[in-house]
Amino acid sequence: MPVIRDAVCSLCGSLCDDITVTVENNKITKIENACILGHSKFVGMLEHDRIETPMIRKDGELVPVSYEEAIEAAAKILVNSKRTLSYGWCSTSCETVSGAIQLAEETGSVIDSTANVCHGPTALAAQEKGSPSATLGEIKNRADVILFWGCNPVHAHPRHMVRYSSFSKGLFTEKGRRGRKMIVVDVRKTDTAKLSDKYVEIEQGSDLLLVTALRSIVNGREDVIPETVAGVPKAEILELAEILKNAKFVCIFFGMGVTQSRSKYKNGDAMSSLISDLNQHTKAVMIGMRGHYNVTGFGQVATWETGFPMAIDFARGYPYYNPGETGANDLLVREEPDAAIIAAADPGAHFPQKAVRHLARIPVIQIDPYPNPTTEIADVVFPAAVVGIEAEGTAYRMDAISLRMKKLIDSKFKTDEEIVKDLTEKVRKLKRGA
Amino acid sequence: MSEILIKNASVCDPAQGINCETMDICIKDGKIVESVSANAKVINADGRLTMAGGFDGHTHSAGKINVGRSINPNDARKNLVPGLSGQVARTEKTRAQVGYNTPNTYAIGYRYAKLGYTTICEAAIPLIAARHTHEEFKEIPILDKMGLSLFGSNWQVMEYIRDKEPEKLAAYVAWGLKASRGYGVKIVNPGGGEAWGWGKNVSGLYDPVPNFDVTPAEILMSLAEVNERLQLPHSVHVHCNNLGKPGNYATTIETMKLFEKIKPSRDRQALHVTHVQFNAYAGTSWRDFETGAPMVADYVNGADHLTFDLGQVIFGPAVTMTADGPVEYANARMLHEKWSNQDIELEDASGVVPLFYSPKSFVNAVQWAIGLELALLVKDPWKVMFTTDSPNGGSFVNYPEAFTYLMSAKRREEVISGFSKMALDRMVLPGIDRELDFYELAIMTRSAQSKMYSRPEKGNLKPGSDADIAIYDILPGQIDPSTEYAKVKKAFSGAAYTLKNGEIVVKDGEIEATPKGKIYWVNAKVPSAIDSAMQKDIDIKFRKYYTVSKSNYMVEDAYLQKPVEITTEGVF
Amino acid sequence: MKIKANLISGRTAAQGAHLEAKTHKGYFDACAYCELNPADLERLGASEGSSLKVTTEFGDVVVFAKANEGNPDGLAFIPMGPWANAVLSPDTHGCGMPGFKGVPAEIEVTNEKPLDMKSLMKNYREA
Repeated sequence: MPVIRDAVCSLCGSLCDDITVTVENNKITKIENACILGHSKFVGMLEHDRIETPMIRKDGELVPVSYEEAIEAAAKILVNSKRTLSYGWCSTSCETVSGAIQLAEETGSVIDSTANVCHGPTALAAQEKGSPSATLGEIKNRADVILFWGCNPVHAHPRHMVRYSSFSKGLFTEKGRRGRKMIVVDVRKTDTAKLSDKYVEIEQGSDLLLVTALRSIVNGREDVIPETVAGVPKAEILELAEILKNAKFVCIFFGMGVTQSRSKYKNGDAMSSLISDLNQHTKAVMIGMRGHYNVTGFGQVATWETGFPMAIDFARGYPYYNPGETGANDLLVREEPDAAIIAAADPGAHFPQKAVRHLARIPVIQIDPYPNPTTEIADVVFPAAVVGIEAEGTAYRMDAISLRMKKLIDSKFKTDEEIVKDLTEKVRKLKRGA
Repeated sequence: MSEILIKNASVCDPAQGINCETMDICIKDGKIVESVSANAKVINADGRLTMAGGFDGHTHSAGKINVGRSINPNDARKNLVPGLSGQVARTEKTRAQVGYNTPNTYAIGYRYAKLGYTTICEAAIPLIAARHTHEEFKEIPILDKMGLSLFGSNWQVMEYIRDKEPEKLAAYVAWGLKASRGYGVKIVNPGGGEAWGWGKNVSGLYDPVPNFDVTPAEILMSLAEVNERLQLPHSVHVHCNNLGKPGNYATTIETMKLFEKIKPSRDRQALHVTHVQFNAYAGTSWRDFETGAPMVADYVNGADHLTFDLGQVIFGPAVTMTADGPVEYANARMLHEKWSNQDIELEDASGVVPLFYSPKSFVNAVQWAIGLELALLVKDPWKVMFTTDSPNGGSFVNYPEAFTYLMSAKRREEVISGFSKMALDRMVLPGIDRELDFYELAIMTRSAQSKMYSRPEKGNLKPGSDADIAIYDILPGQIDPSTEYAKVKKAFSGAAYTLKNGEIVVKDGEIEATPKGKIYWVNAKVPSAIDSAMQKDIDIKFRKYYTVSKSNYMVEDAYLQKPVEITTEGVF
Repeated sequence: MKIKANLISGRTAAQGAHLEAKTHKGYFDACAYCELNPADLERLGASEGSSLKVTTEFGDVVVFAKANEGNPDGLAFIPMGPWANAVLSPDTHGCGMPGFKGVPAEIEVTNEKPLDMKSLMKNYREA
């Protein structure tokens, strides 16, 4: 029976590329090396509901239609729309993203990714202060102090600590976990915090204060620090700063606790400055814990094709970017889009109620392998092959290393890359006719 | 495919020693030929200046430039060179464009083509991130592309040098080129990338790399020997130690001297030193900083084993991007600028920092002068490749502006008149009256590259060569570039015609067609026994240290658009 | 009895494992709950499995109660998903990112039962 080695797991931003998959009769029968998330993804091929056929909502209900009919209906929505929001494109390949950008350009749409509700502020922070980073192997081989700030890899990136961070072993880190200090900063004692050597609990929403206090100490101005900052006693902050300064190699991994809390992108901006300051004493880098397996890839492709990482508005014919204005949530809350195309993401589940309410009011095209809350408010639905299992393509790991995902089994479903291509062709045809 | 006859071209083709002579050029099936049939489509050049397509041998156009784009969204709107920068809406023929220093991929293709350039070489590909470079290559239209792979701080390289395993080192370099689909060996601040893994740097050619017991000089020599053993088309391409530091001209000359003993395996240089402007600084600090160009030029004039490129500065905003990680951190701290860094496991480092070159800053003014001094003081233009190290010294869209500096002393005087007395005291440019002619400019922008990169079908108009051709709206006998530099700039800013493989891609400065370009990569043959022995060593690297599997490391064929595999035979 | 709480949302392994199985009961179980520390639950007179009504400026939602000793007093956590988003803040503060963490909420015990995914989403279609 065919055993496929070194398959890339298309679930989270860790993009583990050491999965062994056994395939029998075009079915995945065994998975080795995957975590709970990856495992459920691969076996999900057998157990989860799929969207079985293209569907169009008629009289309130989604009813099966032919692929051609769905393409026609979707293309009409796009051609008749004056302001389309194209959203998602993160649990899919870079090749699909490229097609989606071209479609957005040709239809004058706004295209945005799930970074809008995830690490968008990290992109803004990089635009403010840069992104002092490294590939994950640098952490594995060198880091003796690892700080997880507002992230919880035990839950969100289960193999991260073994492959890349706390527990990994490398050339200068032969002792693995025993040779490392692991610190967690969070607002509650998470399962990751329970594994740490030092847990610093901060008041929710006060990350910026603590980062700023650390910067003051690192820059020799501990005298300006009050007795308590962010709910943390000064003595503890001094101790934390000393650990960081005296390390050989520090990495701060940060998550949505940093990007979604008060001060949003200013948190990452300050953290970037802290990293720069720490490099006066030691070696330090930071890496965002990206969620969707290819949300990093969307940012990369969008940046080289349009100059911007997300929230790109093509209404003027050229790319325009102002994320507080052209971001998916801002657009929806302003009730601006009159149609939406959503692929490989689930705003129905992950956008606040006000944005979802507007989505429910406008025609929505969905491309996805699986039904989800967005399906409940969609009007034209395309089933797609699962990228990384039923379709190949490129994805970017959280540290911007790109890998080629393999096709493991055949599928009756079209790839989202093909669907986007067909849709673009149909849109062109309708426009020429008009 | 169709035939084209270019009539009445004023051909400037230094490879054939042709200096602005009126003649016809025949094209068939994308190549230049001796003759065409009467059915050929005729382009009347009307006596206008005609050269081979330009060849930028050192530009940051795919890969790291994306970091530059992502931290500088403000660049997208910059329109400092109208027609070649800023936001441009899509058309039926072209994709939407943005940017100045860090344009999107489509704009890079269109704008180089408008300048009459048809081939570019990406200056730095980290092996593990090579897939990304090729993904961007795919989206750069029109141009032929190649890239240089980074080897200068690589663990396996340094270990083989330390352990005196030259044959395995050769096998590794061959494998690395294949894995990254690279064209040549790039060495950036040898050893410095590894030192930067600990926040440190190497201070010169004999400062050992921490933990690896090799020196930058050993890295350079060993990789040069391997480069020649593998008979690679390009020489090693070196970014010297101590870049950007006052006094570094001495390191640069010392590095050049090291290579006197390297015997090239092909009819080309043994060493290419890149963006020498950044490495030709005298003085001991930024206070007594002054030009080191005369010393470097003196040495180059007496040497025949090397070529170099300028890294010319253009006043205004630029974005520095380099595998020289420690330099970028130093830049960011000195300028209080934003700083991006990307250290690459087991291989190298990198950083990106935006900056602004101001003629009011005496340091920037002297930097500007140094690039031109190098071009003008080195007598033999075949040793010189024109670059701005785009976008480190400035965006490539400023090439036409820079050409006027090279061709007109009057134009230089205009710029220099704005400099401070202190700046003038630190440069020698005002005393230089040399002005390049079209022939010398053609050498520095296309013909020299043909030889430097062993691409005989590029950079010349001989029968058999690629029909990559630029026709500029200049009548060579009837223009004085020394005084009519505005006309020169205008003509070079938008070619009357650019042909790519015999297809008209630019007409009257506008994009006509956007074919896909080729990708050149080098497959150097190594005896299988040596290769197998080397593979065992890197298997250990992958098992213990890399975070990607070996099988997922190699760039797959799917990423190569119109690949051209250049095979060479290693000598063992 | 009502308590005031600071509401945050976030990922969990169980939520992540159901990313592509959101029509399953398992997704409902993984996301339709609110974690408080045991002391807060006691103040509410609630125990694990009780129905809680969470109300914010932006709406209200019914979810199950769950205890988590790692939560400090007054910190409520609902896994990211449609239940959390019924009450989180749509305001992006002009930077694109809605308010998924740090939303002031009131929590009380209720007799209502949490809506399943489809019923919850149906409300939007009918709104």
